[in-house]
Amino acid sequence: MTASNHNWRQFKNVFMQGLTLTCAVLVVLPLVLVFFHLVKEGFTALNWNFFTKLPKAVGEPGGGMANAIAGTFILLGQAALVGVPIGVLGGVYLSEYGKSKLNWWIRFAADILNGVPSITWGIVVYALMVVPMHGPSALAGGAVLGLMMIPLVMRTTEEVLQLVPAGYREAAFALGIPQWKTIVQIVLRTALKGIVTGVLLAMARVAGETAPLLFTAFGNLGWAHSLKEPIAAMPLQIFNYAISPYDDWHRQAWAGALVLLMLVLAVNITVRFLTRDRFGK
Amino acid sequence: MNPAATKAANTVPALAVRNLAIHFGKNKVLKDVTIDIAAKAVTAIIGPSGCGKSTFLRALNRMHELNPDARMDGDIRLFGDNIYARQVEPVVVRRRVGMVFQKSNPFPTMSIAENVTVGLRLNGMKDKKILSERTEESLQMAALWDEVKDRLSAPAISLSGGQQQRLCIARALAVKPEVLLMDEPASALDPLATQKIEDLIIELKKQYTIVIVTHNMQQAARISDFTAFFYLGELVEFDQTSKIFTNPAKKQTEDYVTGRFG
Repeated sequence: MTASNHNWRQFKNVFMQGLTLTCAVLVVLPLVLVFFHLVKEGFTALNWNFFTKLPKAVGEPGGGMANAIAGTFILLGQAALVGVPIGVLGGVYLSEYGKSKLNWWIRFAADILNGVPSITWGIVVYALMVVPMHGPSALAGGAVLGLMMIPLVMRTTEEVLQLVPAGYREAAFALGIPQWKTIVQIVLRTALKGIVTGVLLAMARVAGETAPLLFTAFGNLGWAHSLKEPIAAMPLQIFNYAISPYDDWHRQAWAGALVLLMLVLAVNITVRFLTRDRFGK
Repeated sequence: MNPAATKAANTVPALAVRNLAIHFGKNKVLKDVTIDIAAKAVTAIIGPSGCGKSTFLRALNRMHELNPDARMDGDIRLFGDNIYARQVEPVVVRRRVGMVFQKSNPFPTMSIAENVTVGLRLNGMKDKKILSERTEESLQMAALWDEVKDRLSAPAISLSGGQQQRLCIARALAVKPEVLLMDEPASALDPLATQKIEDLIIELKKQYTIVIVTHNMQQAARISDFTAFFYLGELVEFDQTSKIFTNPAKKQTEDYVTGRFG
């Protein structure tokens, strides 16, 4: 090993370090840029009216996205009602019961479903719910988001349950505890944090879906008075405002996008907080 | 002659095993094992790795059935009751025959007290008075009460390794089994903790039938009344511990206990 060889190796070292650091920064950069751009464009429209008032007629100042914000939460609530029980119980089946051949097909189907474009989901629910009901509705919107959540929650639940050490199940069986009680009281309890994480992440993911809502929830310039009526949702409202020719609406679209991003960020931070390592192991 | 042995010879064995054979898929793991486990005594199962001792132990409370490829032939009677009879549910057997594992596994989401009573609570017992009495009783029997009586609601995983294992023993005892199976319970513990477990076992055998798998022959010699030597899935020799270690009948047994192989 000569001195020049050493210099060359040293240079390679530093170069690779620099290169990988640059790539890491490039990964984070879009998030930072998006965030700052949204703040710059939309912050001015973030006022009390934005959160509490309904959209006003075009040209009139002072409208807001109150109905869209509420609508997003209502849709997410319905989605959770559908997606969480079916997804979690499906994940329980895959992990705790089930013959391996059938499981393979179920996982395969879930993975395909996870890759289906969201607009396709929208069209399917359009055919199944909107057409028979003769119109768009909050129910259809909740249903499509819920259906999208199912394969996602199912796979993450299964993976988290598999992480629960077999020793706990064995200990429970050795005490004469029946299998379903073992699953609910021991396995699910142990995996609860992981399951909640999976559910929250799935909800953050569907919160921003726009395409499926185009055909199902459809949007509403006012309040929906029942779940059978079309309902406003933030992604929809942002979309409608953004393609409109009105400046005021453009600014509100930016603000809406900012709020959506904050929502997703809040969920992720909550998830990080819930799964923090309390015992420093 | 050991008085315990004479007594055992005249009473119903705790576990009467006849022609037990177990296959995992195509693998014959246990071949034609016939043995009587004496009540209120400690029976040690020894043998080199892979000889089938853990499989044998798990057959005694039907835990081998957790492996979907497991097939069993033969007969096992618990104080005369056929535990493999068609109408017998495994969960019922396991409440009568408890098990403690090599790696202690207290449930992490539960406190010390909750762990002790989990077997009772999840099988329907709700009476708080009984639960609290049983908690103290079981922890006393597991020689853990004095160390934890002031922090029963602390998380179970805050205990040390040896304490966790004694907690698992308390948990197994709380459901008042007739037999306690122990699969190398002290192999993951330091010598001090091991000593405590061994003292505990000697105390427990006054009330319980204990079957312990161990690869530590000195431990078997220290605490057991009877020893069964397994090799390659067969029961090679079974006799009083003192005889197995001082004057074994089979050469294989002698080779193993003197350390010539294993």
